[in-house]
Amino acid sequence: MSPQDPSTERHTIAVLVDNEPGVLARVIGLFSGRGYNIESLTVAEVDPENRRSRITLATSGTRMIIEQIKAQLSRLVPIHVVSDLTDDGPSVERELALIKVATADNRENRIESLRIADIFRARVVDSTPDSFVFEVTGASGKIDAFIGLMRPLGLADLSRTGVAAMARGRTGLLDGS
Amino acid sequence: MSEDRMTGAQILMQALRDQDVDVIFGYPGGAVLPIYDALFAQNAIRHILVRHEQGAVHAAEGYARSTGKVGCVLVTSGPGATNAVTGLTDALMDSIPIVCIAGQVPTHLIGNDAFQECDTTGITRPCTKHNYLVKEVDRLARTVHEAFYVARNGRPGPVVIDLPKDVQFAEGTYVAPEDVVHRTYRPTVSAEPTALERAMEIIAGAKRPIFYTGGGVINAGPAASEALRQLVRLTGYPCTNTLMGLGAFPANDPQFLGMLGMHGTYEANLAMYNCDVMINIGARFDDRVTGKLSEFSPNSTKIQVDIDPSSINKNVRVDLAIVADAGQALAEMVRIWQARGYRADRPALDAWWGQIKQWRARDCLYFNQDKTPGAVIKPQHAIKRLAELTADRENVYITTEVGQHQMWAAQFVPFNQPNRWMTSGGLGTMGYGLPAAMGVQVAHPDALVIDIAGEASIMMNIQELSTLAQYRLPVKVFITNNHWMGMVRQWQELLHGERYSESYMDSLPDFVKLAESFGAVGLRATKVEEVDDTIAEMMAIDRTVIVDMHVDPKENCFPMIPGGAAHYDMILGPDDRGEQRTSEEGMVLV
Ligand SMILES: Cc1ncc(C[n+]2csc(CCOP(=O)(O)OP(=O)(O)O)c2C)c(N)n1
Ligand SMILES: [Mg+2]
Repeated sequence: MSPQDPSTERHTIAVLVDNEPGVLARVIGLFSGRGYNIESLTVAEVDPENRRSRITLATSGTRMIIEQIKAQLSRLVPIHVVSDLTDDGPSVERELALIKVATADNRENRIESLRIADIFRARVVDSTPDSFVFEVTGASGKIDAFIGLMRPLGLADLSRTGVAAMARGRTGLLDGS
Repeated sequence: MSEDRMTGAQILMQALRDQDVDVIFGYPGGAVLPIYDALFAQNAIRHILVRHEQGAVHAAEGYARSTGKVGCVLVTSGPGATNAVTGLTDALMDSIPIVCIAGQVPTHLIGNDAFQECDTTGITRPCTKHNYLVKEVDRLARTVHEAFYVARNGRPGPVVIDLPKDVQFAEGTYVAPEDVVHRTYRPTVSAEPTALERAMEIIAGAKRPIFYTGGGVINAGPAASEALRQLVRLTGYPCTNTLMGLGAFPANDPQFLGMLGMHGTYEANLAMYNCDVMINIGARFDDRVTGKLSEFSPNSTKIQVDIDPSSINKNVRVDLAIVADAGQALAEMVRIWQARGYRADRPALDAWWGQIKQWRARDCLYFNQDKTPGAVIKPQHAIKRLAELTADRENVYITTEVGQHQMWAAQFVPFNQPNRWMTSGGLGTMGYGLPAAMGVQVAHPDALVIDIAGEASIMMNIQELSTLAQYRLPVKVFITNNHWMGMVRQWQELLHGERYSESYMDSLPDFVKLAESFGAVGLRATKVEEVDDTIAEMMAIDRTVIVDMHVDPKENCFPMIPGGAAHYDMILGPDDRGEQRTSEEGMVLV
């Protein structure tokens, strides 16, 4: 199934897991073993007291596949909660990217890259006479757009964190689980 | 050592005892010697020394399936653990509760490519329900209790505990099972009441209903099978079982349509195709059951009850999904039917049964056994007679290997009770039957336990005859010897232009002498008139027996829905293959 398949949906899923060895391998193995696709994955401990981590992953597939992914995730033993942020009401999604632009001695490109960075509220976190490293946060689309504009100016390196996401409103994964 | 301090190995023994383990199937090695020491020092748990670790897992599966308890396995690190992998995968596919303890090199050597080290948790992650590496002795008791909890609750499955040798020696404290609560794993067992009400409303309104039930009913315990009987009889509806579900509904009941699927009966498959309401309890729409998905029961409202949400809407979209334990759901369904005073739609149901009777009249399991003395034995006849001659025995358990004989056993042995039938359904593991029978016999010493085998499959775990000898387990191995990997030969005949590539079983042993060399009894039959006497003789011998029943090498197993074909597109017998039915698309399916 190609991503262009009209019945394909993109979903962001947040999972609260026990932070124990192998838990990430279990989640990833579930995707690779069943031929599902992970488009983005972030993981870090969010509840040190109870040693729990949050995994946020973006995936796409047909409705049936998305349901299957959620059911399979819920079945893993060290998993506390599975939440489909795309289905369960409005949510916010953010990603951070570090983008290196090597301008060499092209002054115009240097100025242009700073101008674009300003529009995107990107910060300069490293600067040398012939390069910048920008830090930009936002929804993935915004980052895509920023990268697109930087590319002709001498994009030299790129690191993205993947999506961190959360439901809007009062409730969250950490409470009530 | 102070009083409440114990070694890891002792803690393990105590935990196993507290988990009600009375027998372990295992094989020793360097990385489990402390555990074998602790075993030696006690009498509560019996150890059965298998001859190959795959056999240990299958034996534990046979034990588990025939008792409803968790099967327990003990293997050493490295090759011990890798040898267990096929058995673990088998147990995962068929939802059999197993706890497998594997020794591991000491913690400080893990990752060093130490002698007999392998990444056991890595290797077994995809073939277990869950696994653990225990690095601290104080986590051991808790982990063992958790492992048993995970193995037996929800959809059952195998759990591995990887236990480094230094942890087996280390001193720690024991924790009793009551003190251990699982942090995350709480499977849903009771259905949403409104969903069941809704289901019963649909069921009561059906005109062409069918119950399609699977291994989930067996796994839910004997009470679930009892509730299924009640519900099916109350409604008067027809019932079919999957390969894994045989025995949940009595085969001798007129409402039973036989097994469905690739080698299922004509009436069961056509009823599935033509029904208007399908009630799936504890079955997973396996590809061997559905055939061509796009033509699977196109006009029915589908209700599915399963304890595993991931088994719902996986390959067939259902109209009403209910996550619940099959036993609880069935009992509730019976109650609702009675409380609401539901009645079947009599005229519609009579018409439906009329239709089913016509399909039945095709007698799809017909085979032609020439009865003149000297005639060659049809494998179906051998298995049918085996079933008939053992029918009045109280405790009969049947295991199988994989192939044609397995399908004939499913077709011709009527199971009227659950937990009497053990076969490798999901993985289709040749070599399953003999060790599984061993496990059943260990659990039921006085029962008649028969492994219905093919001559090719039996060679895959033949070494377990030695285990049978050591523990005097009177398992009967009933080989329908057709000199071919019959199922492979059948596919080659029907689907690959009769090119019999590597499916002939050359250089077979003399099974009678083979039996004798293992201290068992070997019997042989080659002519039709010898069948009954040979079976009678086999039953009369209170020792391990191998029956080498020479059968027609050319016989094929029918009915058959070729890979990728629809339920109505069944080959009924040798004379029924006029058209080429298997599409290119179907050929690639297995
Ligand atoms: C471990 C394993 N290897 C290969 C197969 C593929 N396979 C399925 S049936 C079969 C032939 C079995 O032959 P036999 O045991 O003689 O049974 P028959 O079909 O002749 O009754 C084979 C090779 C399998 N199921 N399991
Ligand atoms: Mg054979």
